[in-house]
Amino acid sequence: MDFPTILQILDSAVRLMTPLLLACLAGLYSERAGVFDIGLEGKMLMAAFTAASVAYATDSAWLGLIAGILGAVLMSLIHGLAAITFRGNQLISGVAINFLASGLTVLLGQKIFGLAGRTPSLAGPARFSEITLPFAEALRPVPVIGPIYAELISGHTILVYIAFAMVPLTWWVLYRTRFGLRLRAVGENPASVDTAGVSVTRLRYAAVMICGALCGIAGAYLATGISAGFVKEMTAGRGFIALAALIFAKWRPWGALGACFLFGLFEALANRFPNLDLGFVTVPSMFMSALPYILTVVILAGFVGRAIPPRAGGEPYVKER
Amino acid sequence: MDRMPKWADVILTPLISLALAFAISALVILAIGESPIEALKVMVEGALGSSYGWGFTLYYATNFIFTGLAVTVAYHAGLFNIGGEGQAAMGGLGVALVLLAVPWPHWALALPAAMIGAALFGALWALIPAWLQARRGSHIVITTIMFNFIAAALLNYVLVNLLRPVGSMDPASASFAEPTHLPKLSDMALGFGMEWGKNTPANVSFFVALAACLLVWLLIWRTKLGFEIRAFGKSERGALYAGISPVRITVIAMLISGALAGLMAINNVMGEAERLVLNAVEGAGFIGIAVALMGRNHPFGVLLAALLFGFLYQGGGELALWTSVPRELIVVIQALVILFTGALDNMVRMPLERIFMALRRKGA
Amino acid sequence: MTAQPEVPDGAPAIELRGISKAFGPVQANKGIDLRVSRGTIHGIIGENGAGKSTLMSILYGFYRPDSGEILIGGNPITITDSQTAIRAGIGMVFQHFKLVQNFTVLENVILGAEDGRLLRPSLSRARGELKRLASEYELQVDPDALVEDLSVGHQQRVEILKALYRQADILILDEPTGVLTPAEADHLFRILRGLRDEGKTIILITHKLREIMEITDNVSVMRRGEMVASVTTSETSPTQLAELMVGRKVLLRVEKAPAQPGAPVLEVRGLRMVDAAGVERLRGIDLDIRAGEVLGIAGVAGNGQTQLLEILGGYPEAGAKIEGALRLKGQPLPLTGSDAGARRKAGIGHVPEDRQVEGLIMDFSAWENVAFGYHDAPEFQSGWLMDQSAIRADAQAKIEHFDVRPPNPELAAKNFSGGNQQKIVVAREVERNPDLLLIGQPTRGVDIGAIEFIHKRIIALRDAGKAVLLVSVELDEIMALADRIAVMFDGRIMGERLPEEATTADLGCLMAGIEPGTIAPQDAIPPAALHVPAEGA
Repeated sequence: MDFPTILQILDSAVRLMTPLLLACLAGLYSERAGVFDIGLEGKMLMAAFTAASVAYATDSAWLGLIAGILGAVLMSLIHGLAAITFRGNQLISGVAINFLASGLTVLLGQKIFGLAGRTPSLAGPARFSEITLPFAEALRPVPVIGPIYAELISGHTILVYIAFAMVPLTWWVLYRTRFGLRLRAVGENPASVDTAGVSVTRLRYAAVMICGALCGIAGAYLATGISAGFVKEMTAGRGFIALAALIFAKWRPWGALGACFLFGLFEALANRFPNLDLGFVTVPSMFMSALPYILTVVILAGFVGRAIPPRAGGEPYVKER
Repeated sequence: MDRMPKWADVILTPLISLALAFAISALVILAIGESPIEALKVMVEGALGSSYGWGFTLYYATNFIFTGLAVTVAYHAGLFNIGGEGQAAMGGLGVALVLLAVPWPHWALALPAAMIGAALFGALWALIPAWLQARRGSHIVITTIMFNFIAAALLNYVLVNLLRPVGSMDPASASFAEPTHLPKLSDMALGFGMEWGKNTPANVSFFVALAACLLVWLLIWRTKLGFEIRAFGKSERGALYAGISPVRITVIAMLISGALAGLMAINNVMGEAERLVLNAVEGAGFIGIAVALMGRNHPFGVLLAALLFGFLYQGGGELALWTSVPRELIVVIQALVILFTGALDNMVRMPLERIFMALRRKGA
Repeated sequence: MTAQPEVPDGAPAIELRGISKAFGPVQANKGIDLRVSRGTIHGIIGENGAGKSTLMSILYGFYRPDSGEILIGGNPITITDSQTAIRAGIGMVFQHFKLVQNFTVLENVILGAEDGRLLRPSLSRARGELKRLASEYELQVDPDALVEDLSVGHQQRVEILKALYRQADILILDEPTGVLTPAEADHLFRILRGLRDEGKTIILITHKLREIMEITDNVSVMRRGEMVASVTTSETSPTQLAELMVGRKVLLRVEKAPAQPGAPVLEVRGLRMVDAAGVERLRGIDLDIRAGEVLGIAGVAGNGQTQLLEILGGYPEAGAKIEGALRLKGQPLPLTGSDAGARRKAGIGHVPEDRQVEGLIMDFSAWENVAFGYHDAPEFQSGWLMDQSAIRADAQAKIEHFDVRPPNPELAAKNFSGGNQQKIVVAREVERNPDLLLIGQPTRGVDIGAIEFIHKRIIALRDAGKAVLLVSVELDEIMALADRIAVMFDGRIMGERLPEEATTADLGCLMAGIEPGTIAPQDAIPPAALHVPAEGA
């Protein structure tokens, strides 16, 4: 593999990891607050649909983004209602949300656009365009650093940069602010927060809403950033890969960055080389696409560093007598 | 003291939850500009109005009985098996290997062998998550989700690279030999001189599914193993105290669960497609979750719920054919059923409890 | 932080007038009146289920009373949630600590009482404040330690610090000594006296008479949801309080003939156990339990009693390392692996410490619970299936025999009262006539009537020539039932005594890990006492 090819693959990995990273951080907020969320996939899907629809109708990617966030937050509200207010089973609620999004997007899409679940193609201002960072062209001739800057770092949509900026921001919020302290506490021992006079319900709803907003950005990126419109089931399991990445990252922001990059890289490699020849063995693309799941199972098995979820995760909070 | 009578908890709560789910489904149909009543008519007509409709309804119901029972058995052991999809897919591989490897002279011989293959592959696919849960404490919901995707990738590879007949472009196995084809319910009806359900896929597997319901009921409520499964599902500490091995029960319950999911393949792969195709399960593994929830994890309830979902599936197909409502309506209904009966059940139960408490106070 | 309302002189710190609270059909508090004077330690005593905790939860805003009035410093107040209670100057130390295990002490202290949106200023202020409180009240604890690394006694200090950091004037402690060694409890009492002398008001909830007599200024007694008396501690006696608590003379002695011990039934030799986390829970236990005697194991909860029962019952914690030897009627018993079923077949019955989590499946019917653990007994099988009619008949007989109420085997275990639940468990284990009965905390959360019944059954089993190993944290129960007393401390048997020659003071020393005869200064807490395992808390 030569240098330009590596650059291209890395560039592709950055694009592919963006929705994973956003969804993974979304799940991080929710799960650190003690609300398990296997409905990331559905939230992203719903957001992709609402974002594409509104972007098409208004010819504005930004309005599309807002609609995407609203779409996903709506799904989050359902999850919050089930998981927090009515103390239901969080896993089952997540499953329901995935199906709800999968059915509703096609149903509504067919009703509005009549294109068998697709939205019309988006073009121009209805999509997020790629941003060329300052001096990208000027620096290009510089060996090594130049192409890295011009190809890999420059030339992405604003949502990619937002996603990367979310990593340090999330770390800061979690470990340096009052909100973060309480959020982590409510995921470990909600009674500690409750007896301190802070509302468990409000905190958990806040976390679930942030989760929805981030899934919304992820969905909008899929429909108006990386592609030009919504296609049925376009999330294609990314919500679950994000979930896998979250476990891989042990529920930590910087870990999420690493895990999502790794999984994005797998996808980029699988796309580029349907049969990756490593000299001694040929790796079929199916293996590359299954690799994130296999690695996550290995991590879950605890053979390579144990992943311990937040202690109160999955449990609705009921006051003790 | 119970807050409300048992019958209210077992029957009234789920019925109201279901009613809510269907009411919202009706609103969705209204929202996309169709009449819910007309839609229901088309669905009833298409799914139950003719023996042709019934033939499909029963075919789908057979799938859902197997996957619903799979979720049920795991549930009683306190395990949420969300991996029915992958286990059913692997069951299909088991069926295909059994039927392609041996030149079976008659379906009556091939069926038991195929059942063993299906159950074995399904069970094996559940074994690793079960073992990881029991021994390493890895959350079975996450591992079974992961195993669904791994199964899909594996089948994709096997079909494209290993089982695909030379020269074929289709990612599917060769067709199974003629003698292994299962008798359709329509053929059996003809044997009695009845014209019933011509050209429908419902086949003899339906009876296997009914037998499975009975066996699962016996297993859970009448055997020592069932006693141990239920005790473990309620309290792991209690199980240890009583000499019930959590590892053993987790593994056995998941093996049975996976085997049941895998058994679905005798219906869709052996009975209907008569070869293994990509994505043969078509979401039936997930519908099993809705079926089990709606059937309150009781085999008889599962049977009823599976029939209802069979009706929804066939009716939904007809709806897509004759109106502008896409097939995905069923997915929405399925989501709402799961949501209301599985996650929002307290929304119904809490007010009901308050009503019964008030009634009791008045009565006292 | 917030300005407190003007307090009229002489007004009680807390006054309750006619507080009532019902949970469904259960009346937890009935017209409670209470006056707690400022700058005093006020004890509230009562049996399990008397309604003490409910009352305190009302004070802390967890529940709203159905009727009644609360006055703080003479001012009426409606406590809607914990936030209002905290603002009114009330701090609460719960029986089960409300700490975040993987947070530092400092983080736990500021949680919910942060100064602003950013953590840094709060953390540095709390650090200074903690230093001040530590020197003022003997509340030393490392501010940067993770709570999960602290001993139970230190975790409790963190809870007290939390309340003081929130400028609590009224401190409520719910059963604070249940998980402490006597030495740790002494230290706690010194802290409480210090706080009182600084003008704080302290409410101590307990069911231990000794503590009430030792530390409180006034005491109120609760029984079945009612406040039956409020007296000055110096003017009352333990006997009087005990009578008030139970409403009649307490049977402290169980009628029993002298034991006729026979051959050893169970021999325990050099039993050691290191749990999965690497903590040594048992450090070489040697015991003989003979036919026809009750061996009582006394000790503060969490000193290895649970682990001992689990190993003898055949289900040690997974991943634990166990050494030593067990012999039942001369036959060696395997130490490793988990097979409680085999122990039952060998003749060991076991009434576990926690009936709700282990002894019963709460959702199962009474008849299923009577088969629980013996569900593979041959008489309960018919072919491939279980013989339900045989199990039901067996359950019906046992329920009648033990006077379980209501006598309905179809009812789920969760629908019986604590005493009747325990009767179901004891009936199941005793009626099979085991050679050895293991029985842990036999009367925890059990009403007086059932206590007598269960005690008589234990003695009857002994008189039938069976061996009984009784584990209880209630010293009175041990003294009443045991023919021999072994005291456990930090995974060891500190000593054995005969009940007739043992004194409470002597046993107390052993329970604290101090060899009698060695003169231990007040403050010398053995290092191990600081690391009483959190389990069993």
